[in-house]
Amino acid sequence: MADLEILEILSPGIFTSIQDLGRYGYGRYGVAPSGALDSYALRIANLLVGNRPDQAGLEAMLLGPAIRALADIVVAVTGGNLQPRRNKQPIEMWRSHILKKDEILSFDSPLSGFRAYVAVGGGISVPPVMGSRSTNLSSGFGGLQGRTLEKNDTLSSENYFQHVKTDTRAFNAAWIPVYPNNWSLRVIWGPQDDHFPDESRDSFLGASYKMSSDSDRTGIRLQGPVIRQKPDMQTSIISEGVISGSVQIPGDGKPIIILGETVTGGYRKIATVISADLPLLGQIKPGDVVRFKAVSLAEAQCALAAVEEKVHKFEARLK
Amino acid sequence: MGDRSLLVELGDDISLAVNQKVQEVFSAIDRQRSKGILDLVPSYRSLLMIYDPLCISLDEIKAGIKDIWNNPDQSRLPQPQTVKIPVVYGGEYGPDLQLVAQYHNLTPREVIDFHTRPAYRVYMIGFTPGFPYLGEVLDAIATPRRETPRTLVPKGSVGIAQRQTGIYPVDSPGGWQIIGWTPVKLFDPLGKPPSHLVMGDRVQFHAITAQEASQWQT
Repeated sequence: MADLEILEILSPGIFTSIQDLGRYGYGRYGVAPSGALDSYALRIANLLVGNRPDQAGLEAMLLGPAIRALADIVVAVTGGNLQPRRNKQPIEMWRSHILKKDEILSFDSPLSGFRAYVAVGGGISVPPVMGSRSTNLSSGFGGLQGRTLEKNDTLSSENYFQHVKTDTRAFNAAWIPVYPNNWSLRVIWGPQDDHFPDESRDSFLGASYKMSSDSDRTGIRLQGPVIRQKPDMQTSIISEGVISGSVQIPGDGKPIIILGETVTGGYRKIATVISADLPLLGQIKPGDVVRFKAVSLAEAQCALAAVEEKVHKFEARLK
Repeated sequence: MGDRSLLVELGDDISLAVNQKVQEVFSAIDRQRSKGILDLVPSYRSLLMIYDPLCISLDEIKAGIKDIWNNPDQSRLPQPQTVKIPVVYGGEYGPDLQLVAQYHNLTPREVIDFHTRPAYRVYMIGFTPGFPYLGEVLDAIATPRRETPRTLVPKGSVGIAQRQTGIYPVDSPGGWQIIGWTPVKLFDPLGKPPSHLVMGDRVQFHAITAQEASQWQT
């Protein structure tokens, strides 16, 4: 089936890119996964429009884009509430809607959260690079020419017209996340927690950090109590692999939560955010307060199972 | 490390023996092709295994590693390829060559001689796509990183940081001392593989002129 143009970007918003669930298997070549920071929101958005959960959609940050439909399509907006509009009229998030040819999807001011996800029935067709359509913005490949969207870009899709019948789907209201201004992130200690004295570990768990405005898709930078390694240790370690959720302590002692754009690093990692809480990392915004809570591997597994159960139950209901 | 990755540490230092051990374990795990292993990131002294905790348990992964440990098969490591990398040293191509020379009381020519002498091992690829960490640089030219990193190091730049040397495959920020530039493309997202160099390869630098670089076909 040939791809057909379905979307025209009238204004790109401040930082809108094409993302799927990420590019895995290329870490040996120094290639980081990229992908939707709030993967939960993207998966649900895809399911709402009749896609597979791993198809590519749009990730918008803070101020969303304005997009004209070039055909009758079905869309769903999930994630942070950036106040989606259809022809200037508010539309409900976490449910599917028909966007008729020439209707415009736009966003107002942000109400909660940081990133919204737009899925389109049929998905966004761009050539996969290393098996993924995610945009790697730091190295400029994947997505649409390796960059954020710009005015006058047009996006295509495959079989979009087969999805229009999915326009009445809604996600369970009880499972829609609430995005606060105060976050508690669950972590598992390590791998280098033993490089920090007890006072530093206590201070890490006791502190209220503030997300700094110089954060980006590579990492959430935190302002707050400085964490020091043991006095006989150098500030850096021999470079090794990192994953999104790694909480790294650089030379200045201010924690950075690594997101999906980094593959290796030479700083100690005091703790790792658990998988169940990773989607939240995409919704924390500058100025928000972040606290850390240490949990066991068993608790982490339990929490992940709870998240996955929601996705699977919703998916099963659609069949 | 967290609930979906395991950091397998095989030594404490940067050494050929430790790095070869990493390469052996990495290759063996890669050959196992276990379901649920999403990504493998080998580095100087460890291997990061990223897995899907819904498909494979930590115990299963550990059992796989133990299996490899009990059945070493070093002979199956691929023969390292030696890759020749032409470099234009100094001037606008290597703005820190003079500084490195001064740091060691050498002439720029001597720095180039020292830099092109060893066949460096690719210890790991990381930092940016395709960036090779090469070692080890001779003590005679080992130089600390710049105090203030550059916000933009052009793609192709060849740098030194202590006893490591490397090549920036994409434009990126960077703190290494830049002594030269290569026209060779080290990273191609559409390439198979996307990185020109892989862990275990050998790199031999040789000096070329700017004129020769401009005619370089990659």
